[in-house]
Amino acid sequence: MFQNIGEMLALLWRTLQALPLTWRHRHKVYDQLFEIGNASLLMACILSLFIGGVIALQTGPLLAERGLSGYIGGIVGNAICKELAPVMMSILIAGRIGSAMAAEIGSMRVYQEIDALRTMNINPVHYLVLPRLVAISCALPILVVFSIMVGWMGAALVAVYNNQIGISFQAYFSNLRDLVGLGKVVNGLFKSFIFAVIIGVVSCHQGLQTIGGPRGIGRSVTKAVVNSIVLVLILDYFVTRFLMYLD
Amino acid sequence: MNAPVTTQQGVRVTVRGLRRSFLGQPVLKGLNFEVDRGEIFVVMGPSGSGKSVLLKHIIGLETPDEGEILIEGESIQSPGVMDKYRMAMVFQSGALFNSLTVGENVGLYLSEHRLKPPDEIARIVTEKLEIVGLRGQENRSPSELSGGMKKRVAIARALVIEPQLILYDEPTSELDPLMAVTIGDEVIKLNRRIRVTSIVVTHDRDLAFGIADRIALMADGQILTVGKPGEVRSNPHPLIQKFLTADFNHNKERTRL
Repeated sequence: MFQNIGEMLALLWRTLQALPLTWRHRHKVYDQLFEIGNASLLMACILSLFIGGVIALQTGPLLAERGLSGYIGGIVGNAICKELAPVMMSILIAGRIGSAMAAEIGSMRVYQEIDALRTMNINPVHYLVLPRLVAISCALPILVVFSIMVGWMGAALVAVYNNQIGISFQAYFSNLRDLVGLGKVVNGLFKSFIFAVIIGVVSCHQGLQTIGGPRGIGRSVTKAVVNSIVLVLILDYFVTRFLMYLD
Repeated sequence: MNAPVTTQQGVRVTVRGLRRSFLGQPVLKGLNFEVDRGEIFVVMGPSGSGKSVLLKHIIGLETPDEGEILIEGESIQSPGVMDKYRMAMVFQSGALFNSLTVGENVGLYLSEHRLKPPDEIARIVTEKLEIVGLRGQENRSPSELSGGMKKRVAIARALVIEPQLILYDEPTSELDPLMAVTIGDEVIKLNRRIRVTSIVVTHDRDLAFGIADRIALMADGQILTVGKPGEVRSNPHPLIQKFLTADFNHNKERTRL
C-alpha cells in the first residue's frame, strides 16, 4: 500500500513538472474535457436535484417542528455546497471517468501501446496522464458548480411544495443568501479540485500498472474506482479540518 | 548544398552476458552475440524461450539484471544513447493507437516531437504508407484494418523514425502464409533500401530461413547456436534438429509410405 502511495506521489510530481507542456497538449485536454462533460453533466444534474430534495425532505420537518423552517435555505445550502456536491460529484466522476481512464490506459499498457510510445521517445506521462489530470481538475469543479445550483433548486422545490415545510421561494433564497456566502462556495470548489487530482492520479496510476490481459484491466478499473472513493472520503475529513482552520 | 539526411547506415548491436529473471524465474540466462551493421539477424525459437524479452532489452524497455546491450559500443542504459541512435520496434500486435487514424499513427513521432510542419508530416506519412503498400489508407481507423495491414502500418510508423535499427517482434504471427511472405519481403526490401540493421524475433521457420543473413536459435533463455541459415540447418544439436524438423506424426507416416 505504501509503495502504491509512493508511486502515486511520484506520478503526481512528474505530471506537475510537465504542466508547462499543457498548451502543447491542449487538444487532448479539450477532448478529455468534452468526454467528462458529455458523460457526466446530465447525470450530475439529476443526482444533485434529488440529493438537494432529499436533504430538504429530511431536515425540513425537523426544523418546522421547532419553528425554524425559515433556516432551511441556509442549512441545506451549506451542506450542499461545502460537502455534498464535492463528495457526491467526486464519487460520480470516480465511477464514470476514473474507471474509463484506468481502462483506457490499462488496455494501452496490455496491448503494448505504451511500450510503442516509449520506443518513439514519447513520454507516456506527458502524452497520457497530463491531459487527463488537467481535464479532470478543471471539469470536476465546473460540475460541482452545476451540482450546487441544481441541488439548491431541488431543496427549494421540496421546501416550497412540501406541506410540512411550506416556505416561500423568497424566504428560502433570502436565508440561503444570508448564510451561504461566496467563500463557502469556493470552499466546496477547492475540495473538489483536490478530489479531482486524487481521482486522476489514482486512475492513471492503476492504468499504468496494469498487467495480465483483459482480467488485469478489470482489476485495475475496480481498484481505481474503489481506491479513489476511499481516498476521497478519508481526505475529505482532513481537507475539511484544514479549511475550518483557515476560516 | 545541404547534404541529405542519411539513413543508409545501420548500427552494430552487441549483447554481452545478458541475464534477466522475473519473480525469481530466470528468463534470459547469459546471452552473448553481435549483430553487424545492415544485417538481418533472426532470433528463432519456441514460444516462451525469451525472444520477446530479449527484444525489449535491446530497445531499452527492460533493464537487465546482469550484462549489457551496446549500440555502436555504447550501453543502451547510458544517458542520451536512445536519442543518439534512431531505433524503432514493430510490435507483435502492431500496437497502433485506436484513438488515432492510420495517418496520425504513422506521423505520431514527427507530430509529438514537432520535427516537421503538418503538411510535411502528411507528405512523409503518404510516402511511408506507399512503401508498405497502403497508400490512401490515411483516414481509416486501425480497428478497420486486417492483421496484416496493421503490421504494415506499424512498419510504416517505424520507418518515419528513419531508423538505424528496427526490431520486429513476431512479424508474421496470426497472418496467413501469403501475408507472411509479403511481410517477409517488406523486411528484406527495407533492409536493402536503407541498410538498416534488422533484428527479427520469430518462431516461423520459413520466414527465418527466407530472410535471415544470420540466425540465432534460442531455447529456455539460452542461445543454442548462431550462424548462417545453412550452418544452423546442419547443426547436429538434438534440440536444434527437433525444432527445425518438427512435423505432425501423420505427415511423417505419409512420407514413409
